[in-house]
Amino acid sequence: MKLAVQVNEGPYQHQASDSAYHFTKAALEGGHDVFRVFFYHDGVLNGTRLTTPPQDDRNIVKRWVELAEKYDLDLVLCVAAAQRRGIVDDGEAERNGKDATNIAPKFRISGLGQLIEAAIQCDRLVVFGD
Amino acid sequence: MADLYTVNKSPFEKNSLENAIRFSGEGASVLLIEDGVYGAMAGTAVSDLVASATGRKFHVLRADLKARGISEDRLIDGVELVDYAGFVDLVVSHDKVQAWL
Repeated sequence: MKLAVQVNEGPYQHQASDSAYHFTKAALEGGHDVFRVFFYHDGVLNGTRLTTPPQDDRNIVKRWVELAEKYDLDLVLCVAAAQRRGIVDDGEAERNGKDATNIAPKFRISGLGQLIEAAIQCDRLVVFGD
Repeated sequence: MADLYTVNKSPFEKNSLENAIRFSGEGASVLLIEDGVYGAMAGTAVSDLVASATGRKFHVLRADLKARGISEDRLIDGVELVDYAGFVDLVVSHDKVQAWL
């Protein structure tokens, strides 16, 4: 079955990112197609490669990256949410005159239309947040 | 097929569980995750809410229950334990999924 996942909270603040990760992983391992994971609001903080948690703590960002590499997952950050929170890719750095980028590999920044498309294209949309 | 509601709030903090049950139709399922798992405990001020909701199925995520130190023998009768694969199965086997955030 075709599934979409939405994450509304930041990592290390709320369990939503953990729940969404474990759900997505189980769905992929169960042979389902996860069409897209859309990160909204503080959820975009799941996509900064500068995150450096202590070594004995889970690395939530790296975990998403590894899952995306294994299953070719589409990880999308909401552009307006990302701009507010300083998550920058090459395109955003150019457009907004920023001197650096911090987006994690396998993530991309795009619009809310990507969430709507996922909701239309998929059989189910599962939302994690507060 | 019916709807699946996920509830992630403690019923002692928010009334999400109460609302989810009230708005659920006959045959609906409620999955308790995160702090929502407190709603699956027997012998609390809200356990009657779950126990008396006939025609609804209740499920609780094992990992979140364990993370909060609640042993499985404290569950309300009829509440079914699921792991993440079971969560996925519930999503697949229901028409719609509504997160009661």
